[in-house]
Amino acid sequence: MLSDITLGQYFPGNSVIHRMDPRMKLILTIIYIVGVFMVANLPGYVIALAFLYLVVRLSGIRFSYLLKGVKPLRFIIIFTFLLNLFFVQGETPLVSLGFFTLTLEAVENAVYFALRLVFLVMGTSVLTLTTSPVRLTDGLERLMHPLQRFHFPSHELAMMMTIALRFIPTLLEETDKIKKAQMARGADFESGNLLARAKAMIPLLVPLFVSAFKRANDLAMAMEARCYRGGDHRTRLRELKYTKLDLYGALAMAAYMAVIIAEGMLLG
Amino acid sequence: MSIVIEELNYTYMSGGPYETKALADINLTIEDGEFIGLIGHTGSGKSTLVQHLNGLLMPTSGRIMVDGLDLADKKTDRRAVRQKVGLVFQYPENQLFEETVEKDIAFGPKNLGLDQEEIDRRVRDAMRRVALDYDKLHERSVFELSGGQMRRVAIAGVLAMEPKVLVLDEPCAGLDPRGREEIMGLIKALHREAGTTIVMVSHSMDDVASLAERVIVMNHGTVAMDGVPRDVFSRGEELRAMGLDVPQAVELAAKLREKGFDIPQGVYLIEEIKHEIEKILGKGGAAC
Repeated sequence: MLSDITLGQYFPGNSVIHRMDPRMKLILTIIYIVGVFMVANLPGYVIALAFLYLVVRLSGIRFSYLLKGVKPLRFIIIFTFLLNLFFVQGETPLVSLGFFTLTLEAVENAVYFALRLVFLVMGTSVLTLTTSPVRLTDGLERLMHPLQRFHFPSHELAMMMTIALRFIPTLLEETDKIKKAQMARGADFESGNLLARAKAMIPLLVPLFVSAFKRANDLAMAMEARCYRGGDHRTRLRELKYTKLDLYGALAMAAYMAVIIAEGMLLG
Repeated sequence: MSIVIEELNYTYMSGGPYETKALADINLTIEDGEFIGLIGHTGSGKSTLVQHLNGLLMPTSGRIMVDGLDLADKKTDRRAVRQKVGLVFQYPENQLFEETVEKDIAFGPKNLGLDQEEIDRRVRDAMRRVALDYDKLHERSVFELSGGQMRRVAIAGVLAMEPKVLVLDEPCAGLDPRGREEIMGLIKALHREAGTTIVMVSHSMDDVASLAERVIVMNHGTVAMDGVPRDVFSRGEELRAMGLDVPQAVELAAKLREKGFDIPQGVYLIEEIKHEIEKILGKGGAAC
């Protein structure tokens, strides 16, 4: 169950997408997200799907793997779908059930929002799947660097993200172990109502927090022992450099955005 | 109550790109009252095997019968199995969560749905078995205790389920020599006095040699050896080839034999080697 989460995982490879500069990938992902929210009709989503599919093919990741990553989020997606379906006020009634009227606008909105979420998750997954956590945070740090002038702690933030990402698998493993240990003592995580299940989480969460704090403490000590003192005057082992690939990526994204905007103006 | 394992196979992430076969065709019978030492290098499948014994993992194929209950059957009551087979994980103190020692030990019995009186009796009994003073410690927070005490509380938490079979995964890992001795002592007492069947996973050949009546050696997900310690530990070369070691007494006996001393085969306990050395010294005076 826990191993189903593909968001935030890294899929090692050497594709053109993998080799792009993380800064460019971050920027392009943000533009892609903006694009996803600009699309407001079905042909637009077909174009978005085609683009996403192309990128995924280029990255060498199986498309089905990406779809699997959406699965853990199905409840959020269904929830937004229903929320839109029932609460969007429209003018074209489809079905009327007493006080409640289902309108065409509501259905459209619900479908689009659900699709947007799916595209959002899949698109951002491409970023995290093709960029190692270290490179990702490196890119983030560099992108946020100009903000340092306003005393924005960009290095510290990036370091915190690196550490957080680094410990996700460790904590998942730990959770699994504690869960099994409590199950061996007869704990039941699967049955009962919502309240009973929430209560059943206590034997899992308390030890998890204890060990997470212990780990944090150890890590802080280890960093201190190696004279870590934040980002001032640190040089880096791997300098980030833009290459031709990044130019191609940016051009591809620009072309895609142009198509999306044109399509929106023509059909919207 | 016996545990019968037939043709057990287990594959991690079956079907995926990271598919790994953890256990292959395991056939074992664990009889009532045995003391088994389970050894094998890291990744040999020991931990996977012990998690099958109380239904935490479901076999990919094969059968496990615990006291007549079929664990591969999804309808089998897991709780009933976990009550019969207690499993103490590695570093069990990491699973403590309650406010007080007493409450933490009571967690298992409470899950079994016992009444308060019985729970109290079991908590006191479990604490006595792990040599923790009930009156002094039952109101203390688990997080105030020393490492060795925490581990004993965790073991008590499993003992309070009153299992017939107790499986311990590296019960002495990370303890100082004194803590080790205490834990080993209480495991020994459990076996002798309460007649509990013990399965102990360990990396320490000396611990296994001093307590186990039967040694099972795992290698690459299969049972490589299974027999009395005397036979298993006399196959030192094979054990070393599997990345394992032999008890110190066996090592010493081999070295003495190399030097031309007459030490019989099959010596594996410290007392035995001591006796043999005394015999040589007594016979030849100061032989060296």
